[in-house]
Amino acid sequence: MAELFPVSFLFFAAALVLPLLPMMVRSFLLLGVPVLSGMIVWSLPEGMLWQVSFFGFELELMRVDPLSRIFALIFSLAAFLGNLYAWHVRDTVQQVAALLYVGSAIGAVLAGDLLTLFFYWEGTAIASVFLIWARGTEGAYWTGMRYLIIQIGSGVLLMAGAVVWYHETGSLAFERMTLGSLATWLIFISFGIKCAFPLLHNWLQDSYPAATVTGTVILSAFTTKLAVYALARGFAGTEILVYIGAVMTLFPIFYAVIENDLRRVLAYSLNNQLGFMVVGVGIGTELALNGTAAHAFAHILYKALLFMSVGAVLFRTGTAKGSELGGLYKTMPLTMIFCVVGAASISAFPLFSGFVTKSMILSAAVKEHYYIVWAILLFASAGVFHHSGIKIPYFAFFAHDSGMRPKEAPTHMLLAMGITAFLCIAIGVYPAPLYALLPYDVTYHSYTTTHVITQLQLLFFSALAFTVLMRTGIYPPELKSVNLDSDWIYRKAAPRVIGVLASYVSQINSSVLTFLNNRVKNTINRLYRSYGPEGRMASTWPTGAMVLSIALLLGATLLVNFAG
Amino acid sequence: MATAEVAVASKTLADHLPVLQVVVPLVTSPLIVVIGVRSLAWPLAFIASVIAFIISCLLLYQVIDGGFISYAIGGWAPPLGIEYRVDATNALLLFLISGISVIGLPYALTSIRFEIGAKNETLFYACYLLCFTGLLGVVITGDAFNIFVFLEISSLSTYVLVAQGAIRDKRALTAAYDYLIMGTIGATFFVIGIGMLYMSTGTLNLADIADRIADQGSNRTIRAAFAFIVVGMGLKVALVPLHLWLPNAYTFAPSAVTVFLAATSTKAAVYVLLRFMFSVYHPSFIFEVNTLYFIFIPFALLAMFAASFVAIFQSDFKRMLAYSSIAQIGYMLMGIAMLNVAGLTSTIVHMFNHGITKAVLFMGVGAFVLKVGSSFYDSIHGLGRRMPITGACIVIGGLSLIGVPGTAGFISKWMLMQAAFENGFWWIAVLVVLSSLLAVAYVWRALDVIYLKAPLDDSVTRDPPLTMLIPMIILAVACVWFGIDTTISIGAASTAAESLLNGSFGMMPTEIPAEMPAEVPAPTIESAPEPETAPAPAPTESQ
Repeated sequence: MAELFPVSFLFFAAALVLPLLPMMVRSFLLLGVPVLSGMIVWSLPEGMLWQVSFFGFELELMRVDPLSRIFALIFSLAAFLGNLYAWHVRDTVQQVAALLYVGSAIGAVLAGDLLTLFFYWEGTAIASVFLIWARGTEGAYWTGMRYLIIQIGSGVLLMAGAVVWYHETGSLAFERMTLGSLATWLIFISFGIKCAFPLLHNWLQDSYPAATVTGTVILSAFTTKLAVYALARGFAGTEILVYIGAVMTLFPIFYAVIENDLRRVLAYSLNNQLGFMVVGVGIGTELALNGTAAHAFAHILYKALLFMSVGAVLFRTGTAKGSELGGLYKTMPLTMIFCVVGAASISAFPLFSGFVTKSMILSAAVKEHYYIVWAILLFASAGVFHHSGIKIPYFAFFAHDSGMRPKEAPTHMLLAMGITAFLCIAIGVYPAPLYALLPYDVTYHSYTTTHVITQLQLLFFSALAFTVLMRTGIYPPELKSVNLDSDWIYRKAAPRVIGVLASYVSQINSSVLTFLNNRVKNTINRLYRSYGPEGRMASTWPTGAMVLSIALLLGATLLVNFAG
Repeated sequence: MATAEVAVASKTLADHLPVLQVVVPLVTSPLIVVIGVRSLAWPLAFIASVIAFIISCLLLYQVIDGGFISYAIGGWAPPLGIEYRVDATNALLLFLISGISVIGLPYALTSIRFEIGAKNETLFYACYLLCFTGLLGVVITGDAFNIFVFLEISSLSTYVLVAQGAIRDKRALTAAYDYLIMGTIGATFFVIGIGMLYMSTGTLNLADIADRIADQGSNRTIRAAFAFIVVGMGLKVALVPLHLWLPNAYTFAPSAVTVFLAATSTKAAVYVLLRFMFSVYHPSFIFEVNTLYFIFIPFALLAMFAASFVAIFQSDFKRMLAYSSIAQIGYMLMGIAMLNVAGLTSTIVHMFNHGITKAVLFMGVGAFVLKVGSSFYDSIHGLGRRMPITGACIVIGGLSLIGVPGTAGFISKWMLMQAAFENGFWWIAVLVVLSSLLAVAYVWRALDVIYLKAPLDDSVTRDPPLTMLIPMIILAVACVWFGIDTTISIGAASTAAESLLNGSFGMMPTEIPAEMPAEVPAPTIESAPEPETAPAPAPTESQ
């Protein structure tokens, strides 16, 4: 039965009937569809399972192989968790958008040709923007617009690349490509935008923190991981990706450290984690690709968990700003525990999911002699621990007491977080089932003495550094200044150098932006002068002038005719 | 299926279908006036349209795989008598025109009563049918002078139809007047061109002209005739510097009239251009290639961009759509200028797809006019939310106008880009994409107004009556349908394009009619941009 229709259609059909159903039934539909799709994906045999002919092209809507299967599975799982987390949402638009979004993402990873990929690629863009708009604020509206423009732009590039590619090779199949021609560069940049490559990344930090509490959880799972999948499928072993990835792991750290909005911090660390996956894709060995797939799997879970816990805080307190929060562990202990589990996972503590997956990418880097990259990744791991592992739980739940005493998160949120946290730990403790799912058959042991010790050393020294800075930098008066002092650590001590650098970068950035902005404004004004309703091009011409234009064109046509 | 015998002694009704296609509406029109009963005017017009539509379906079915039907009026064999000739190209157009009429008339029932008042209805529908007849006639006939006659029938009635808008806005009168002046000049140029052709070939039958031009090669008269015909038809097509009549005519005409005109009349003119460029003349003539490259491509590009920019800045939804039409015509002309099968297919299929797309959009605007009396952005704030079905149809139409995959508009743009690539004109493909981005801007602006702005007051609470709603829904579904299932549209269009590029197009020898277009392989133009490589029966340039 599973071969009868592409899995994504299941989501689309659900999205179609959902608005007609009463609220209670909807919630079950929202949970049931991802479960069903997960089961279908699990049971599908490998191969090209579903073709449709679209004027002259054979489109492959269902390419099932280990690589696409693991992504389709984790997407289904993430959709289930996200929808469970959003159980309380009664907004039809968000529910439909979430279904369409997930359906498009799953459709995209199962797409076997570039045209199908393009359809779903744009589908994810259009569906997901409603999760941002659903917040309903003016800011969210404009953020959504920017997000949409960039995402559609990525799709247009993909389309252009696909057309040129088809013209060059005569095939639309989505297989591994070698960077070099116009087509592959267009496709590469299109993937790069979605994957938030450095300098193409701004949409991510701009939009994710702007979405609704539940929207962010959903958003964080799909778009970028779809891009990682596309890169792994199309550009595995492309060396430039190793360096792009290394930069990606590095630069968001500094921003994350000085950022106050916790959801924004998470958005930066999301970017950093993507960097690991991109490095894996760039190395392109079997081990590295396994690492990428595994890390994407684990990453979706713990990142969702972190966004959920911060979201729960936002949901209860109305803010996600580090400076306004603190001391919430007293009344939201469970959320705090889940957050710490997420933090431990992202920091790759042994026995948590991040450890068993990230170490694969690191090992692959060493194995292929990318020592500098390896060092960068190691440094980045420490950075992750710093800003996600310590900063998020610390500011939200400990630090100085904000005086807020919110209720514990609602039950369905706790349930969603609980399941996710359980999965994070389960993968960390017993990774064999995950490894079995990976695209290549590689025996890999993450729990070797070296790995564990290296990682623990790294973590403990980072923690030590944090504590030492806390202790030396502060001490005087009361709790209130803890915030200030830790603020001092974050904003002054460590990142002073980087701060200077960052300010230069942002100055250049902003002056370029202002310049472009002005240019755009001027251009639009000039366009408006000639094309606006009062402009020459749009005004009604006198009849005589119309006739004159006819005479001129006739003259031109005759001239061309006789000149030939 | 090529029932190409000269139908001198036709026996059954089925053999008379080509002439019935035109005669039914032509006779119904005076009938409406003679009967003079207001309540019967609409039903008669509708019945005539339905019959015409059924006939067009039958005709399309007969020729969709290639071949043609030749019908001699009054039994006078061509080339002396007037010949009606149906093949895949014009059958698709007949299907579009009569289909839009059938779908548009129920819409007109409410809309026209509201916009021009009940007392003018009898004459309105008589006039409407004349216009309808004219367009069908232009498309179906195979006789050059007959084209002119039908063109005038449709044009004159169109002027009257546009002027009906004067009941709501007096500017409709100047719009109709300008259109009249321009249209008349266009028709005059066209008839001058035909006169020149007659001068040098001594015949008026298109197939016959084609044969004789092929025999004797080109001369100055024939070239001048070409220029006059292109410019004359360019006026009706609204090729860019000649488009100035269009925005006002579309804006101030009653909504139902705009729906019909936008979807059909420029398309019929594009068809005539195609017929003359490929069936009568042959693209192996250097002067024709020059005209395409030096006149069509630049002005088509100008249309795609200038008109889109104007559309972006418009403050009136209806007028915006009018400018967008001009831009879309740019795509059609660009397809012709590509001079390959994919290009012509894109042109023909875009005529069809754009016809249904624009029809649904203008219908949506008409529904707004019905509710709030105006189509200015300032007065239609938030109406998409208040009129959900109308809004949804406009969204679908808008997506199709942009060319979003899954909608009809995408198909034609995709074909056009392929055509450009085949010729190695990748920069044209890039420009097509860029101008589509402009379409995103102007469609977005409209959607922004009707969805994201708060409604002005609470007076509008529901969609228009079903007679207006159902046509809109049908067309919106068609926009999606023809974006996914392209058997009819692409099927007919590529058959048509191939036979057009064969040059002969069944217009040639009447002795071996049965085996004509379908069997002849498509010219191998894909391999090289120079159209001279086409296996042309016609001689190339003498100079």
